[in-house]
Order: sequence, then structure tokens, then C-alpha cells
Amino acid sequence: MARILQLTLNGRARSDAISENVLLLDYLREFVGLTGTKTGCDGGECGACTVLVDDQPRLSCLTLAATVEGQRVDTIESLVSDGRLSAVQRGFHEKLGSQCGYCTPGFIMASAGLLRRNPRPSEDEIRDALGSNICRCTGYVKIIEAVKYAVDLHAAGASP
Amino acid sequence: MNEMAPRRTIGEYVPLVDGPEKVSGRAKYTADLIGLGMLAGRIFRSPFSHAEILELDVSEAAKLPGVKAIVTGADCDKGFGVLPIARTEHPLARERVRYCGEPVAAVAAIDDATAKEALKRIKLKVRELPAYHTARAAMAPDAVDLHKHRPKNIERDVYFELGDVEAAFAAADLVREGVYNCPEVCQNQMEMHAAVADYDVERDRMTVHASTQVPYYVHLMLSQILGMDMSRIRVVKPYVGGGFGCRTETLNVELITALLARKAGGCVRTMVNREETFITHRGRPETDIRLKLGMRKDGRIVAVECECIQRGGAHSGYGVVTILYSGSMLYAIYDLHNVKYIGKRVLTNTPPCGAFRGHGTVDVRFAFESLLDEMAHALGIDPFAVRRTNLLPAPPLVTDNDMMVNSYGLPECLDWVERESGWRERKGKPAKGNGVRKGLGMACSHYISGASKPVNWTGEPHATVKLKLDFDGSIVLLTGAADIGQGSSTVLVQSVAEVLGLELSRIRIVTGDSDVVPKDNGSYSSRVTFLVGNAAIDAANNLKAVLVAAAARKLEAKPGEIECLGELYRAGAQDKGLTFNEVVTEALKDTGTITVTGNYSTIPESHGGKKYRGAAIGGTMGYSYSAQVVEVSVDEETGVVTVDKVWVAHDCGKALNRLSVEGQVQGSVWMGMGQAMSEETAYHDGLLLTANMLDYRVPTIQDSPPIEVGIVESNDPHGPFGAKEAGEGSLAAFLPALTNAIADATGLRFNDLPVTPDRVFAAVEKRARGRKTNGGA
Repeated sequence: MARILQLTLNGRARSDAISENVLLLDYLREFVGLTGTKTGCDGGECGACTVLVDDQPRLSCLTLAATVEGQRVDTIESLVSDGRLSAVQRGFHEKLGSQCGYCTPGFIMASAGLLRRNPRPSEDEIRDALGSNICRCTGYVKIIEAVKYAVDLHAAGASP
Repeated sequence: MNEMAPRRTIGEYVPLVDGPEKVSGRAKYTADLIGLGMLAGRIFRSPFSHAEILELDVSEAAKLPGVKAIVTGADCDKGFGVLPIARTEHPLARERVRYCGEPVAAVAAIDDATAKEALKRIKLKVRELPAYHTARAAMAPDAVDLHKHRPKNIERDVYFELGDVEAAFAAADLVREGVYNCPEVCQNQMEMHAAVADYDVERDRMTVHASTQVPYYVHLMLSQILGMDMSRIRVVKPYVGGGFGCRTETLNVELITALLARKAGGCVRTMVNREETFITHRGRPETDIRLKLGMRKDGRIVAVECECIQRGGAHSGYGVVTILYSGSMLYAIYDLHNVKYIGKRVLTNTPPCGAFRGHGTVDVRFAFESLLDEMAHALGIDPFAVRRTNLLPAPPLVTDNDMMVNSYGLPECLDWVERESGWRERKGKPAKGNGVRKGLGMACSHYISGASKPVNWTGEPHATVKLKLDFDGSIVLLTGAADIGQGSSTVLVQSVAEVLGLELSRIRIVTGDSDVVPKDNGSYSSRVTFLVGNAAIDAANNLKAVLVAAAARKLEAKPGEIECLGELYRAGAQDKGLTFNEVVTEALKDTGTITVTGNYSTIPESHGGKKYRGAAIGGTMGYSYSAQVVEVSVDEETGVVTVDKVWVAHDCGKALNRLSVEGQVQGSVWMGMGQAMSEETAYHDGLLLTANMLDYRVPTIQDSPPIEVGIVESNDPHGPFGAKEAGEGSLAAFLPALTNAIADATGLRFNDLPVTPDRVFAAVEKRARGRKTNGGA
């Protein structure tokens, strides 16, 4: 069955005909062409597909696109503003929170979600917020440094 | 005005040159290459571990509307494999299936749902054969051979004895033997395997985008499998989401996708899922080790006997090389002289293993450093002291198995971790309480900076880099070296910029498109920084010579008088000089666009010897060294082990990019932690049970400790700016450092990995029962 999905995707209103059983992940990647959101597993294991739905981190691989009707969905592509990296993106770039880069969009969206609800997280709160994202390159040490650096940039006025 | 100075970045903290793409979602990985009208590929896999194929019926699948092509073993009778001596695997099984999950057929359809439906209509009839899921079972006298050309399922028997081992054991003060088991582990890189193949029917040309570490191998194997001339093939490596060795070999996914594309006469994208990525595997083989060491009272090792059996899986793959590394890399870390090694690589009905980070060295190092620790303890010698007693003499030197060692920073690595961890103050004074015991353990490891001999010996230089300089004053660095996240592109750009004294932003790098870049032997064995880095330096020096000559001509000076300051070339300090762009304009007058080549070849002395068959494996231009201290808390009531902190010192010769070195070392240590504490595959009758990231337990951010990195710079005489590898050598030491720390905390020694809470709990219980029966406390 097809239906019309209306949502605000990366700040723009969209209206698309989709089938009811399409996953938000596939809608974003295959239908809209926003391939920044990654597929890393067979469902809910790795966090690579994390996006924000009304500012809350969500696994797009476990979300039917039809269920975000009327909501705001933000993907990694939305974070750059006026061509500039956001605080979290800059943190991951400059502190090497990203090596191969494949888990990075998921980590960055989960971190951005954290900073939107808690601009001053402790290290434990950072670990909690990123506990369902897997990275296979960094050992997470520099991911934590990246988020801490982003917290400072955010405090100095950069968007998360 | 400030004095103009050449820009230098070597030794600094440099973010990756391709970082902005990765953090913004603009980086395109293979599965992201979505084209209009491309077909979806899906693979039909064997549900049997070992069986003779009687009939494969794809007729019902072919009738399904939307199915554009079906390929089976009948479409390709050629073999593939990474080693020229072992190209016996077929992209789609022919006559026999040898592991559960082996590809048997594949479908290209207008969409994924149709392709999936088509798979359901494929019928496979077989006669099942006895299946062997352990090395022991496959080696049984009455076992059926998996491959006719490998009797008794032995892929390779290795034996060498250097020195007089028997006499040395007889003269030793202490002899001990340990038995160790390291289960199979997988790379489990974050990007699942994918390939996009586009066949141009009109021109008979094939373009394949593949998530590979070695585009050149993919190119070779596509030619072989498709029976197409190499000049008709183009291989492109997009961004690659990690590899850790599993993408060194050409994988069946790439070959099958190309077969589908040619048959369909179009473009096919195959995205295998996480379960299939686990089955495609090429991980570290399950390894059983029996190790015997002979030691003098002062801790000096006088004799070594090591027997190593690897469960290799159903096809040859890298097997011969892995089992040889396990023996040859006993050397080049300590001063050993009487060494016997017995290695067996066994073919089994499990997915083929391959080259996993620390290739062949990790499990043997675990055994060696564990037994060394145990024996030092028995003799009352401090773990640091026993290692210092066995250090190599000052380089340069050649080991008994002809390995060339020119730089050796292990002594400094030991000093650094001993000091930073507070070892002397804290060791032997473990904190206890609430059933939690704390302990400290340490261990060492080493690795090669590139195999000195390439897999395909062609007589060409080992590495080639090209630089293109044009009217716009930008330099384009062309290389086939595959950046898979390790930061090789960044280090190559830095190397060229350093020689020319320019900002990194003047240099753009193009990698991984066989139409454009020079061939490279690929990203494996930690070779890129050392070998391709040296080629990049050579290319930059060649370009600099052209620019200096042009500047001399324009300034009416001799080339020897020209001073290169990066953005300024001048003849002496009083000269106003020429800007970089002015020099470029002058240089282009002769030839137009300038392209220069840089090469690097390893020296024959690094190629290893001929003292035993396969003795070249392990030869390198430079060994990296690592020492680690691990601090643990062991909760004896639950069996849970927590790693509180790791101190690691790595001798990388010279840190070209400190940020990358730290990241690589931390990643290696952490990957070792996964293998040591939670990761292992498990099969039920050959069916992989751990084909997801919940059952194959990867440490999360909440399980992962702080990892403090000390960089030791031994300045290798051959290394680019003195550098050696940084991406693999620190993995192995974690495993024994952990079990040594647990032994320190609890007195319990774990020779079987991973050290799970179940195993710890059982050992604590067993100890408690033993105390009761002995009437002890």
C-alpha cells in the first residue's frame, strides 16, 4: 500500500508517495538520495543509521518512514550551516573521532542529539548517549575527546 | 616583514585531508553509489557445510518478471585467490560446496524485492559429505579431502629448526610448556561488503567500484574470472569503511557482481548484509598453540619450541602466509637463537580465514608473552626485567632467520610504560575490597612495515607515486594506495608538502581509480607509509629538482645556489626571488604540464633468507615495536573483568602525523581488547551463529578504557623521514598484558581466549573448591 508522507526533512517540508512498509533508512537513502545516513547491520545492532526525529536520536533502520508523519527529521546532511561544519562535526574532524568515517554520521547525530538536550554533558553522560553506536576504528578514545571539544565549541556559540 | 619559511607538518597533529567529507556525510562509499536503472544483486548461498552439487535449478527464478540475469558456477570455471600459488577458489561453487554460506548462484533484478524473491525459487540438490568444523576433525586419518590437491586437508606444513634446540632445552634451568587456544575472530569493519559493476556492452568494458584495500588485486582477479583483457577493466575504490585485512583479498562479492553485470548487460549493485559480511569473513583463524620455553635462572630465554595449528576454513586464501608469519615472527623482537617451529594450516568446512590486523603474529605473541610472564614469576623476576634481559643487541643486526633489524625502540617503549603506569610503585601492591581485585600486567609486540616482497613479483618498483603540476600551481598527487580510514592519503600529502615546503592545501590527492592513478600493491601489511611514503618523497624531490632548475634559469643562477622556501625560490638571502607560481610558469615553458614519478623498492637484504621454505615471509624494511601495561579490576563474585586503563608505547620510527599515530595505536589496542575479552565466532554444524554484532560481541564505548599513548621515535634509517608502521603492531601485546594483569590480580591464568565473565567465574569457583578440598583458606 502506498501513502503520502509529509514531514520536515533537514528543515524543508516534503511530501512523498511511499509504500507503508518502507524503512526510514531506505526512504532517506534510496528514495531521497541522502546517503550520509549509513547502513551498518541487519537491524538495531550498530547505530550507524542514527538520525534525529524531533531532536531525539532514532535508529532509522528500525523506524518505518510512515511513523514520522508530521515530524522533523534531521540527518547528517543538515548540520553544515553556511558551508561551515557544526561543533560536533568539527570535533570529530579535528580530534580524529572519525577514521574510516562509516560510523561517523551515526555518532555525530547521536552526539548532536545529546548536545541539543544537554549542552554540558559529563564524560559519563557522553558514554551513555553513545552506548549503542559501534565504532571499529578508534577505540572510542578520540570520539570522547571529539565530543568534549564540541561541547566547548558549542558553549562558545557554535551550533551543535 | 616576517622571514618566509617553508611550511612543515611532519610530526604535528594533522586532521585527515578527507575528514570534512566524512563528518558531513558527503563521503560516498560503494553502497552509496545509487544510479538510475541499476539492478540489485543478491547471492544464493549453500545451506550445507560440505556437499556434492547434484543439481542446481534456476529455471523458476529466471521466469520471475524483473529478473535480468542469473549466474552460477557454470558461468565461471576460473579460480581466484590472493596468492599466485593458490588460486583455486571459485566465485560461485562448482561441483562441491565446502562451507555453509558459500555462494552458489546470484541474481540481478530490477529491485531488491524481486531479487530476494528469485532466490527463494532456486533449488539446490546435493549429496552431503562428511563436514569438518575443527582442525582436529579435518586432520583425522579417514577424513575426506576438501580439495583433491591438498591431501589430508593440510594446506601447508611448516617446519624449521634453527640452532640446537634439544641441547639448549637440556641446558636450561627452567623449562615450561603451555597450551593456548585463540578462537576465530572477524574484522567486522563497519561498512558491509558492497560492489557496483557496470558493463559496457558496446565497448566490452567493465567498471567495478569495490570496497577494497587493494584495487590492483581486484583488477587482476576480475580479468582472470571474466576472461577479459586487463585493459578493458577499470577498478575504482570509493571511500572504504574499514578493512583490517579482510579486504586485502579480492572477495567473491566483487567477482559475482561483475559476472552479473556482464550477463545482464548493465549496471548491478550488490550490497551484502551484516550476516553475509560475517560469512565472507577472512578473519583470524582459530589457533591452537603448544609453546615450550627454556630459560636460564637470570631470565634469559635459551630455547623455544612452538607448535601452531590453524583452522583455515574451506579455501586456501592467505593460509600459507599466515602460518609462516606465525613462525617467522617469533624472531625480531627478542634475542632468540635455538628455535623450533611446527606449523599446520588446515582446510576445514568453515568460511575461509584471511589476513586480520597483525596477520599471523597475534595468537603466537599471546602465548609467548603469557608463558614468559609465568616463568619470570616462577623465577621471581619482574616482568620488565625479564624482557630487558632478552632484548636484541643494538641494531643494525640480522636475526637467525635472516630478518634485518635497523632500528629498535623496544627498550624506550618499556621505559615509557613502566614510568607512566607507575609500575614500580604499584606492582605487587594490589588494591582489594568488595570482591574486586586489581592487577597490573604488561607485554610486548612487534610488526612489519610492509612485506618486503610483493605477493605478485613483477620486477616493477615496489611503490610508484606520480605528481602532476599544471598552470594553476596546484599539485595533484596520484596514487593507487587505498585509504581505508588509516589516514594514508593524509600522510602522503604531508610527505610531498614537506619536501616542497608547501601548505597541504596546495596538494590534492587522487586515489584508487585505475584509469588515472599508478598501480599500487595496496593497503596491507602496514606497507603504505613506509613504501609509498618513500615513493612520495622521491616524487617530490624529482619535482623540486625541476622547479629549482627553472628558478635558476630565470634568476640566472646555478641550481645549487637556489634556496627553496616553499612559496619562494631565491638565489641567496638578498635576492627578492620568485614566487612559487612564477617558478611554475617558468618550468612549464619547456614541457607544458609537468608530471614526475617517484619510486621506491625494498632492498634485497630485507627480503628474508632461504634457511627454510617460506623464510621470506616476515621480511620487511623496518619492524615497529610496542610495550603495554594494562590495569584491570576483577570482580570475583560476577567474573566481570574491567580494564581500567592502558598505557601503550609504540616505536613508529618517527610520527609523521601524531594525531593519526595515536588514533591507530588506540584502535589497535582496543581491537586486541575485543579479541581478548569478548569476540569469537561460534558455529553449529557449520552454521555461523555469531553473524551479528550482538552475538559477536564488540566492546562498546561503555566497555572501553582510556588508552594513553607514548610515541617512541627510533628514526629508522630507511623509513620515510625515519618512520615505521603504527597501525598494527600494538594489537598483539594487549592480549597477554590483559591475562598477565588478571593473573596478577587473582593468581588465575587464562590460556584460552576470550576471557569472558563465564570463564573467570568458573575459574574462581574451581579455585575455591580446590581450597576447600585442600583444607586451605
